[in-house]
Amino acid sequence: MAVAVGRTYHAPASLAEAIALLAELGSEAGVVAGGTDLVVAARGGRRRLPSALVAIHRLRELAGISGTPSGGLAAGALVTHADLERSDLVRRRWSALADAAALVGSPATRHVGTLGGNLCNASPAMESGAPLLVYEASVELHSTSGTRSLPLADFLLGPARTALAPGELLTGVTVPPQPAGRVGSAYLRLDYRAAMEIAVVGAAALVALDADGRCTEARIALTAVAPTVVRAADAETALRGQMPTAERVAAAAARAVEAARPIDDVRATARYRTAMVPVIVRRVIELALKRAEEPGA
Amino acid sequence: MRYPLTLTVNRVPYELVVEPGRSLLDALRTDLGLTGTKEGCDDSECGACMVLLDGRPVNSCSYLALQAAGRSITTVEGLARDGRPSALQRAFLEAGGVQCGFCTPGMLMSASALLAANPSPSEDEIRAALAGNLCRCTGYRKIVQAVAAAAEEMARPTPG
Repeated sequence: MAVAVGRTYHAPASLAEAIALLAELGSEAGVVAGGTDLVVAARGGRRRLPSALVAIHRLRELAGISGTPSGGLAAGALVTHADLERSDLVRRRWSALADAAALVGSPATRHVGTLGGNLCNASPAMESGAPLLVYEASVELHSTSGTRSLPLADFLLGPARTALAPGELLTGVTVPPQPAGRVGSAYLRLDYRAAMEIAVVGAAALVALDADGRCTEARIALTAVAPTVVRAADAETALRGQMPTAERVAAAAARAVEAARPIDDVRATARYRTAMVPVIVRRVIELALKRAEEPGA
Repeated sequence: MRYPLTLTVNRVPYELVVEPGRSLLDALRTDLGLTGTKEGCDDSECGACMVLLDGRPVNSCSYLALQAAGRSITTVEGLARDGRPSALQRAFLEAGGVQCGFCTPGMLMSASALLAANPSPSEDEIRAALAGNLCRCTGYRKIVQAVAAAAEEMARPTPG
């Protein structure tokens, strides 16, 4: 059989078929779901389309959102930002992720753009990353040699760089149960306009409170201030085990800059981003605390 | 390599043969001659290329034509019925929601999807639904008024 010249297109009907195709095509293959990053970059001349396009939009088995029996969350790679934004389960229990999804692009971007695409595109400004870091999410990677699960923090290696091996497909995200106590989480970003924008600086927070209102768990992650979304460990340590007074929250937020390694770009200078980290982190902790204290949270 | 593509546009089935990298926008405008859908930024920022894919708005400039296989597309040409503009189209004309007109097809598609899902949207909901559509004449106020007027018109019981 002659080798096909030029670009080829494949639209597998099942996960097994997709995995087999990716194995066969090797490094030629590029996966496309909604195309909101891949096709836009190609049209703009910033990146070439992969020579073998594997369109996975038909794999409905990757389009579900469900709670796991242990109280965690499972979301398939083809779950769209609109699905996350509208899911009662996500809005109620995983609100940082719902906050982030609602901020992506426009209604059209959110209908087409997927969770898996957002993670595999590996932008340091990705909206879904910081919330998933505070939920300590893992990604599920499938290939013909089997399945592996990788913490999101280990999956994201740098701008547009992930641990995805040739032949592997990111099939979904799993999130463990939330910590004990009253839990609240949130995601906020600074941006120039409310739509069709990405974060200048963003932050996600998860807090858990005991009966006395003490902060038994605090997790904070930052967007667009480092080569990947990152946890802010120093800020977390400053809050964990403390009563979350305004002073302690502000002090913890100030520590978040320890995790920031920002760059100058078209949206902001590194100096501005560094200055804004404590501001956005303080706001997002306050919102997470407010949600933790709401009845029924 | 080129691939056969079967899709439905404005309730009419079509068969095409396209390259993998061809956008839905190019398939609609160049292959099918449906030039109502506009190419603005070609970067999925402006919304001039907005069409409905199975009823939901998408930027057709960044959607691969082949991914629309077997699916139903609505373009601005599909809004009129029997040569009569839709209530939304009439409202745009009456409210002065059209200036240069280049953004209008995209605005109409986003607004159509909104009204199909939410027949009585608030002003905030209208603005949110149109957030991915730019009007460089900055005629937003009248566009928003037109969508609100269309919603009211569509809620009115049909006479007779």
